[in-house]
Amino acid sequence: MSFPTTADTQPAVRAEKLCRYYPMGGGVIRAVDGVSLTIDRGEFVALLGQSGSGKSTLLNLLAGLDRPTSGSVLVQGRDLARLTSEELARYRRNDVGMVFQAFHLIPSMTITENVELPMRFAEVERAERAKRVRQSLEQVGLGHRLEHRPSELSGGEQQRVSLARALANRPQLLLADEPTGNLDSRTGEDILNLIRDVSLSLGMTVVMVTHERALAERFAQRLIFLGDGKLVSQETLA
Amino acid sequence: MKGYDLFELAVRNLRQSKLRNGLTTVGISVGVASLVAMLSLGVGLQQLATRRLAGSGMFDTVFVTSKQDFRGFDREDDQKTEHPEKAPVLDQPARDQMTHLKYVTEVEPEVRVMGEIVYGGQTHFGFVTGLPMSARENEAFDNLQGKFFSGRAADEVILMNEFAKELNPADPKQLIGQEITLRYGERQALPADSGDRPQLSGAETAGDSTSGDDFGFSVVRKTQALKVVGIIQEEPYGGMRTVSRGRIFLPVDLTEKLHMAQFIDMRSSLRGGGGKSYMTLTVRVKDPGKVAEVQDAINKMGFRTFSILDATKSLRRFFTVLDLFLGIFGSLALAVATLAIINTLVMAVLERRREIGVMKAIGASDGDVKRLFFAEAGAMGFFGGILGIVLGFAIGKAINVGTGIYLHRHQLPAEAVWILPPWLIGAAIVFSIAVSLVAGLYPASRAARLDPVQTLKYE
Repeated sequence: MSFPTTADTQPAVRAEKLCRYYPMGGGVIRAVDGVSLTIDRGEFVALLGQSGSGKSTLLNLLAGLDRPTSGSVLVQGRDLARLTSEELARYRRNDVGMVFQAFHLIPSMTITENVELPMRFAEVERAERAKRVRQSLEQVGLGHRLEHRPSELSGGEQQRVSLARALANRPQLLLADEPTGNLDSRTGEDILNLIRDVSLSLGMTVVMVTHERALAERFAQRLIFLGDGKLVSQETLA
Repeated sequence: MKGYDLFELAVRNLRQSKLRNGLTTVGISVGVASLVAMLSLGVGLQQLATRRLAGSGMFDTVFVTSKQDFRGFDREDDQKTEHPEKAPVLDQPARDQMTHLKYVTEVEPEVRVMGEIVYGGQTHFGFVTGLPMSARENEAFDNLQGKFFSGRAADEVILMNEFAKELNPADPKQLIGQEITLRYGERQALPADSGDRPQLSGAETAGDSTSGDDFGFSVVRKTQALKVVGIIQEEPYGGMRTVSRGRIFLPVDLTEKLHMAQFIDMRSSLRGGGGKSYMTLTVRVKDPGKVAEVQDAINKMGFRTFSILDATKSLRRFFTVLDLFLGIFGSLALAVATLAIINTLVMAVLERRREIGVMKAIGASDGDVKRLFFAEAGAMGFFGGILGIVLGFAIGKAINVGTGIYLHRHQLPAEAVWILPPWLIGAAIVFSIAVSLVAGLYPASRAARLDPVQTLKYE
């Protein structure tokens, strides 16, 4: 963001020898073990693998929610491993949007308030917030039931709200952790269609963790397979 | 995060568990109430004690005596004065000098002599004292029957009610406007070298004609007609001053004009020189806050001074200790309330683990999370503080009503022993918030330290 000329040519994400180990009992769990990869701007990438293959850990590292044990993650030229926790929070606030399998909406807040929340942290003015809440919800096709609580909505609708919240601060990177895992297949497809459309229209890079290969093949441009924390293979789709 | 967003989120979070947070807030309010009730009891008792002193009108008065006269208020001070015979005399020039000191409004002597009142052919004894014109403002004259002196040296007299009853048992009030006769001793100075001093009654210096510095005076019986203008019920100055202990009050300038012989005149005669000197001068100061300054100035002139500041020193020390103890007692409940806040917030952190993780994932910093919990603690402190003031106020009113009934049963006038000063209201709320914030320290830092990855794991 500080080097606009080079930023255009830079990849959206570049991970080098990225490792994340957890101490467990006497030993160490190598959740992510020396992963190097590059993701281009505007690309839609799917991370695939078995449970425990390290795909969610990798996503958390990209999200700045977790810190690597070694190696580096560069997002738009910045090494997340070197940011202070305050800078990481600002990065999550302004540059990343996240969508979760369990939606993770705040149950006591209305739809509007949920979408508004990240903008409170970003200190966006009130009037501007109201405008952007409406915009984001329109983008995900939700124009009604704005004062309802998440529990009064269907799973698909909740995931739409979650997506709207992820879009609220206009991030360049959208990270989705099993976004369809809690939805029936039809609704799941709707959500992925939506994610693809939005990312295309906003030029957002998307990294999605999933274990449903068929869905990934239909929506992603590239599949990255992980196993035991290592990058096993990559497959670029036409 | 901006302040109002923080507050809004905090309040909405508090409202999520109304019962729990409500109970905690009530707990804080009980703590604040007990603190407020205790401290205002301390304040009330202190004001009760000083009210009587205030009635003495001494808060703006400095009493001045000469160090030559061994009648100090402070024995140590007497011993410190090494050459009392060299100390200045409290005479007219000294009085004039004091009158011109900054902040001094009035310098009057304290006059108290024995006198006789002749009324209706009967003679009555009583102390005659001189009152300055400023005595009108003293609360003893709030219930004055009749009028105050019409002038600084008017031939008028005000009587104590009990003395008036002695003169006219049937209807003391009827005395007002009547004339009575005062019989007193007049001081007549003798010329220094007078060989043929009138041999009259009273004190007389034993002349040593060879020394050439003979000086003396005579005391001559005189009478003076006075008009009764008023009757008072209570002793002026709360009965705490020499001049309070009179039954017959004259304007102080009149007592001087009449040259009433006082005990001090004996002392003056020994000193020689012929000048009149005063036993005690009362110096009135414009502003009670300047008493110390005036006292210093008069001390520098070489006189001994005494003021209410000296009298209340130990009283204030006592009340400081009392307030401290009451404060400690009152704080106990608040300390318990602090534990309740910690407990409530720790519970909230546990319950809202997932929510905290989500907030961090969508951009909340550790600081934001910490501030949010602080704001919740502070809000509980604020509401608890307000509720506590109301509760404390009710308790205090109950104490006042209770003591009122008790005093009434003992035929005493009701006194407010419990007073809630405005500063205590503000201080209690600020203190309540501060205590709550301290209680919030641990839960808030615990919330801020939560690892979002752990809290967001799909279970």
